[in-house]
Amino acid sequence: MTIDVPPSTGRALPQLQPISFIGPDSSPTDAPTEGLSIPSDRTLLGLYRQMVHVRRFEAQVTHLTRQGRLATYPSAAGQEACEVGATTALAPNDWLFPTYRDSASLLTRGVPVAEILAAFRGDWHCGFDPHEYHTSPAATPLATQTLHATGFAMAAKLKGTDAATLTFLGDGASSEGDTHEAFNFASVWQTPTVFVLQNNQYAISTPLREQSNATMLADRAAGYGMPGIRVDGNDVAAVFAAVATALERGRNGEGPTLIECLTYRMESHTNSDDPTKYRDAEEVEHWKQFDPITRLETYLRSTGVLDDAGFDEITASAEELAASVRDAMNDEAVIDPSELFAHVYASPRASLGEQQKILEAELAAAGRA
Amino acid sequence: MSVDAEATASATADSGGGTAATAPAPVTMTKALNAALRDSLAADENVLVYGEDVGRLGGVFRVTEGLRKEFGPERVWDSPLAESGIVGTAIGMAMGGMRPVIEMQFDAYAYPAFEQIVSHVAKMRNRTKGRVSLPITIRIPYAGDIGGVEHHSDSSEAYWTSTPGLTVLTPSNPADAYSLLRESIASDDPVIFMEPKSRYWMKETLSLPVTTAPMNRAEVVRKGSDVTLLAYGPTVRTAVEAAEAGAEHGLSVEVIDLRTLSPFDDETVSASVRKTSRAAIIHEAAQFGGYGAEVAARVTERNFTHLSAPILRITGFDVPYPSPKLEEYYLPTVERVLDAFETWDWEL
Repeated sequence: MTIDVPPSTGRALPQLQPISFIGPDSSPTDAPTEGLSIPSDRTLLGLYRQMVHVRRFEAQVTHLTRQGRLATYPSAAGQEACEVGATTALAPNDWLFPTYRDSASLLTRGVPVAEILAAFRGDWHCGFDPHEYHTSPAATPLATQTLHATGFAMAAKLKGTDAATLTFLGDGASSEGDTHEAFNFASVWQTPTVFVLQNNQYAISTPLREQSNATMLADRAAGYGMPGIRVDGNDVAAVFAAVATALERGRNGEGPTLIECLTYRMESHTNSDDPTKYRDAEEVEHWKQFDPITRLETYLRSTGVLDDAGFDEITASAEELAASVRDAMNDEAVIDPSELFAHVYASPRASLGEQQKILEAELAAAGRA
Repeated sequence: MSVDAEATASATADSGGGTAATAPAPVTMTKALNAALRDSLAADENVLVYGEDVGRLGGVFRVTEGLRKEFGPERVWDSPLAESGIVGTAIGMAMGGMRPVIEMQFDAYAYPAFEQIVSHVAKMRNRTKGRVSLPITIRIPYAGDIGGVEHHSDSSEAYWTSTPGLTVLTPSNPADAYSLLRESIASDDPVIFMEPKSRYWMKETLSLPVTTAPMNRAEVVRKGSDVTLLAYGPTVRTAVEAAEAGAEHGLSVEVIDLRTLSPFDDETVSASVRKTSRAAIIHEAAQFGGYGAEVAARVTERNFTHLSAPILRITGFDVPYPSPKLEEYYLPTVERVLDAFETWDWEL
């Protein structure tokens, strides 16, 4: 008995060496570029500017969290090239499906500071209007958002719009079943979805080597019949070019792409864990030489795109952002307790009305009505 | 009198589906569900139907039969075999303006999707302050009495009813199956639509389309004055049979088909209980922590001074659902209902 095997459609594994345009020493690299082009100087300057802003944002919010002003905060410091490079590549009509570590992407997408911080201040789970910013609420249950991004892209495909979707996930989330289901559904349905896997080496405290025995996480794409590529996640030029090209592929009906971005989480998982228990100071020090912002700054100065005046202006603007973060935190939102009941169902429920009256009576008795 | 005749009597033909009414004919629950899907697909181009084997095969229970051929593979299709993927993608599709109707092939097959349903489907409206609606209908064939192998006969309703944000419906007859499914698909709230497998082949003479009582309302399917017996889905028929048997012994049992498990129709149930002063609830699911526990507590809280006896739960036993040869010992029967009534002190 013989089984007919369909001809191979090409399932080459990604190259081990990550795609990179600008190396850690700020010089152009001889790394593979897989047909991608380095973004224009103007784009690079915009990416630099936004990375400086999100780093200042992360530092300010982390500082406020250490002061006890926010319940918790998962910083993406060190991962600015992934956050900014990928998000900037989105067209306005595209949709972003972020996780809890992607506040920098929300900021890049234009979500106001106070609305980003609402979740961490404890005001409301999602502080912004997803339809206004074409951005889903940040998902906390790991990898669940990868399926939402796939489904949204399927809806866009069925409706014939040109929207593509981008979702972030991490190396830890790549072990979740939903990740694999999303890769499979997206590839079977050929949805315009880009999976940006930020491999920051740690899932809270668990290192990558205990997370996966794959040679590299981008290899997983091959098993789903989807292109997978590996990018230097600290080279914003490479991240932007790879994501922009993958989004365009999706819009052209060529299906999803997995992009593994090699990067490093410079901060702890959140303020509540002690990273010295699971990684050495030398390792963190080692990764500083790959910093995405200093690398691009030096490059842009060497090409004459950035000068001292430009640098000073960007730094001052980032300081203004930090001030606006502090202002937003000083502006205590007043939350009406009746909102507890207002948004659970589209059609009001009598029993919820009864429970609302109980709360109102409690508040009245306490003189808080 | 049979529950079929009652349901027919309360059902009226309408023109809401945009399709011409058919002549009265015997209709199974699967056919009624199929017609509801067909009419919903025809009425709204954003309605999509997908799941495991729902396309070419028409579903393992043939509920989606013929729909792929009629509406094409862009409206009705077979998805990869992954329930979390089915529900998770439906969330994205709903955010993208679609109105997906998805099938979990069997009750226990919905468990891989538990996280997507509980953490996202149920909560999206609330976490976005009402800015994002998820008009998703999740069809789940449930319960036993079909001789199913392991994991094919669970009654999973309490998982869903204990989750705020979900609306949980279960029809007990073909007319309600049609009408409630149409309403679920049109609803902006996500609905867990639980179909009693053992009643799939139950027939009722109907003209389609049909509109029965709206969702969120329970219905008195048999009037009585001594006992209120609450039932839903597969146990409505058992309850009506128990009422008929009770009548032979001079006991007048009022049977209420709950139809919607969440929200609970306090008004209809309380009115009946205040009249009869005794109540029981019957379900296939195990007793401890089951839906009947909530109903007994809730109805007692609201009607304590009108009650002559504790509210009884007549249920499956607190054991995993058994293999086919043991089903008859597990499932609540007419005898178990009547025996339960005898435990009450009727002098009170």
